[in-house]
Amino acid sequence: MTWEPVIGIEVHVELQTDSKMFCGCAVDFSAPPNTNVCPVCLGLPGALPVPNRRAIEWITKIGMALDCQISTRSQFHRKNYFYADQPKNYQISQFDVPVCHDGVLEVESEGVTASVRINRAHMEEDTGKSIHVGGDGRIHAATATLLDFNRAGVPLVEIVSEPDIRTPSQARVYAQTLRALVASLGVSDAKLEEGSIRFDANVSVRPAGSTELGTKVEIKNMNSFRSLEKAVDYEIRRQSEVLESGETLVQETRHWDEAAGVTHGMRTKEGSSDYRYFPEPDLLPLEVDEAWQREIRSSLPELPSARRSRYESLGLDRETAGVLVASDDAMVAWFEAALDHGADPKLSANWLTGEVVAYLRRESREAGDLPLTGSHLAELAAMVEDGKLSSTAAKDALQGVLAGEGRPAEVAAARDLLQISDASALEKAVDAAIEAEPDSFERLRSGEDKLMGFFVGQVMRASGGKADPKIVTAILRQRLTE
Amino acid sequence: MPIDIDIAHVAQLARIALGPDEEELYRSQLGVILDHAARVQAADTDGVPPTAHPLPMVNAFREDIVRPGLSHSDALHQAPDAHDGYFRVPPALDVE
Amino acid sequence: MNLVDLTIADARRMLQQGETTAVELLEAVVDRASLTEADLHAYLTIDHDGAARAARQADERRAAGDDDPLLGIPVAVKDNMTTIGVPTTASSKVLDGYLPPYDATVVKRLKAAGAVIVGKTNLDEFAMGSSTENSAYGPTRNPYDSSRVPGGSSGGSAAAVAAGSALGSYGSDTGGSIRQPAAFCGLVGMKPTYGLVSRYGLIAFASSLDQIGPFGRTVDDAALLLDAVSGHDPRDATSYSGETPKVADADGGAGGLRVGVVRELSSQGIDDSVADAFSRTVDRLSDAGANVVEVSVPAADLALSAYYLIAPAECSANLARFDGVRYGLRVEGDTVESMMSATRSDGFGPEVTRRVLLGTYALSAGYYDAFYGQAQRVRTMIIREFESAYGRADVLVSPTTPTTAFEFGAKTADPLSMYMSDVCTIPSNLAGHPSASVPIGVDEQGLPIGFQIMAPALEERLLFRVMRAVEAVAEPVPRPTFAEVAT
Repeated sequence: MTWEPVIGIEVHVELQTDSKMFCGCAVDFSAPPNTNVCPVCLGLPGALPVPNRRAIEWITKIGMALDCQISTRSQFHRKNYFYADQPKNYQISQFDVPVCHDGVLEVESEGVTASVRINRAHMEEDTGKSIHVGGDGRIHAATATLLDFNRAGVPLVEIVSEPDIRTPSQARVYAQTLRALVASLGVSDAKLEEGSIRFDANVSVRPAGSTELGTKVEIKNMNSFRSLEKAVDYEIRRQSEVLESGETLVQETRHWDEAAGVTHGMRTKEGSSDYRYFPEPDLLPLEVDEAWQREIRSSLPELPSARRSRYESLGLDRETAGVLVASDDAMVAWFEAALDHGADPKLSANWLTGEVVAYLRRESREAGDLPLTGSHLAELAAMVEDGKLSSTAAKDALQGVLAGEGRPAEVAAARDLLQISDASALEKAVDAAIEAEPDSFERLRSGEDKLMGFFVGQVMRASGGKADPKIVTAILRQRLTE
Repeated sequence: MPIDIDIAHVAQLARIALGPDEEELYRSQLGVILDHAARVQAADTDGVPPTAHPLPMVNAFREDIVRPGLSHSDALHQAPDAHDGYFRVPPALDVE
Repeated sequence: MNLVDLTIADARRMLQQGETTAVELLEAVVDRASLTEADLHAYLTIDHDGAARAARQADERRAAGDDDPLLGIPVAVKDNMTTIGVPTTASSKVLDGYLPPYDATVVKRLKAAGAVIVGKTNLDEFAMGSSTENSAYGPTRNPYDSSRVPGGSSGGSAAAVAAGSALGSYGSDTGGSIRQPAAFCGLVGMKPTYGLVSRYGLIAFASSLDQIGPFGRTVDDAALLLDAVSGHDPRDATSYSGETPKVADADGGAGGLRVGVVRELSSQGIDDSVADAFSRTVDRLSDAGANVVEVSVPAADLALSAYYLIAPAECSANLARFDGVRYGLRVEGDTVESMMSATRSDGFGPEVTRRVLLGTYALSAGYYDAFYGQAQRVRTMIIREFESAYGRADVLVSPTTPTTAFEFGAKTADPLSMYMSDVCTIPSNLAGHPSASVPIGVDEQGLPIGFQIMAPALEERLLFRVMRAVEAVAEPVPRPTFAEVAT
């Protein structure tokens, strides 16, 4: 039988507001444990939450960027479950009336564009962090749990898609597209590796052609886009095999094991399915009226889809524009800065998506740590346009810039990459070539035009590739007329 | 309305350990109270919206400004068990 | 006259005229406490050092020209309001020895006003109860008859003011927890409009119903006490942000007022002595010029049932934080789950356990709509009927309680009969309206009787005007007496 995968993705985004969702503690993940805490986020008796206005504006931005309906009036609920890193043993979240609902995100993967519907984006608070210690690092054998509440109460936006995703690659691209969207809004640094954006996938399979949904499995713990894709792919195969063998699936949560490349069933939380939601009595209803919505909408930056169109209009091909828009924020920032400095868009984009990405991967470095600037890119592009660097030499120079050797002009000089465009030097080189092959030059003079390439090649070789071939050709033509 | 309460499940949800005698006591007491509550269920509330807040107010916010919280020692001062700047608890049976 | 028998208003005049000092007033109430506490147990903690410091500072402030209404007045605070460095237990074993790192807003405002906080008063555990018998630290006794309860849950705050171990006090009222003990102890007790007094630092029982309010021996005293703490607090999102109605000068007599007697709260199940005193007072209000009408609030009959779904549901979540992780009691276990269950089982008394279980059940899957959702719709009905009743009457009145103070153990075996003692007071909490109890006399056993006045939301000035009118026509309630300790 052919099994059709049905995939939905839940995304948690930590907002990088200055202060937490319901108290004035700093949002700062580098602080020592339990130093950004107060009576509210520690759940001390008597403390009360007061919502952060900016967080409400930011989730509204996210909703608008996802073409969501914005609820004029929404409400917080308490989601009740006991967990040691949850200070109140309930999470302030939203239930039946989220701030944002019914949106859509266009996802382009493997040549197919799909509309993934967004069910909702709601506001909630993050939990603290548990560190399971002892037992040789295996959590199930831990001897104690250490708790840090610095993260408790950080504003969290949960974005839930409809089960509209059909392939692992589409799941990955959905996640990447969403991440780029959130990053472009400036509301979160949206870093997977730091957990400021987290993806869980709901995967089920059904016989191709069926419209009923199969048994849903939630998979967690994917910490890269690639592992999301692999985990979804693994889970689809696992579920298909279970069903093929005539067995049934259980609705459960499974953990992605990156090293082994498999998902494992997790021990279930007893009774956790009954969250006993009820309206949070400590908080008033939220009213984002039309005037406020207009104000928020007017503060929206350029969204990735619009940005991609703009890049295409600058001459970038659709794929390069897409890669650039979906890549790390630093890439977009470099590109924009290069444009500001008047750089050629295509050259800059190609270097960024080619050499720079390859360099980062090869050297395992963070984009933010590189010494590259937009003005470097503009300078490099200008040198190519002015004939000072060949395109090959430009890439060589870029490597030097990335390695911290200095500005492009400095690197080109130090690495001896500049094209020789000094006419008198090139004239000597041309004359030397003619002298070495007088017969061939006569044949050229008598009309054997293909020998022009031969002489240019000779000069290039003699100059170690640095001669500007255009100038060499011009000198040769002049010699022919002499 | 006869009410059949799975008191063990309720106690598990509420994280309160009950002995068998206590289970029986609370099961019967909750039954009496819920029988009384049946009057509420019988009320005709068609078209009546629920009230969560007595005063019809909306939108109480704070500005996104960092304010000093508790000192590290105040935060941990009342902890039954602390270690290395963390609160410490026994290992979790349920692990996320 | 003993200083402890002064009203706050009189004590203030003596302080202003230099006839006494805050230090003397504090000494007097502490002496009284040492006489009465062994029997009454109004206090869980007397903060001798903190109070002495505050009294000295109050005298210094007065010497420097300050004349805040509560400057130097010894007051008591219910032990479910947090106080920096002073034990705050909510009468629960789960918070035994707990030292909060912050002050409740009410406490902060009292300190800023120069009031002298004598100590923390006893209550039913987490304010759940109507007799103060549910305290993990032993009950409080009624100063009028120590075989009887002082009412609850703010029984300690009421007993302290009645006994003279404080001149005024604060309690919290979720279903009648100020008004009922005020009635039982011969005091004026007042529950403000929901949101008028900050709940920040009040250990929550039922968040949408809880309000802090004052106990005083007179309406004037209650007014001074309320004005000192009311007003918007940015730390409480449900705090009312409009103009605060201040009540110190709210007067005007009964003339021309339309007073509505709520039929459902004034007839059935009310003891004769209470009913008689109530109707005599209504007649006197009429004589004083009030226009008395009878009004009906049919949904009031459902209020008790709705309350016993809403309050436990909210409390089941509010009390979830007491888990042995960050503060308070911990009973060890092999896993964090067993530690939490053992801690909560051991840390909560039977009434709290009962309500947490009830609320958990009422919110659990499949029951939400039938119980909690339906109770919230009934709440809407009650509010609507009250609004309609306020079209026919300026204020509504009823007895505060069906009976006078009952004996210890009289209702402990049957939770529902205990819950019934709040039948008259609960509707105001569900509606969020202000409501007060004013003493109107004593029954044949000398036990005080309370008269309840309810007003529309934020009509505190109207409420206090009527409270003063009732006080003016009420029969006298003698102060309780205490034998001097033989030295």
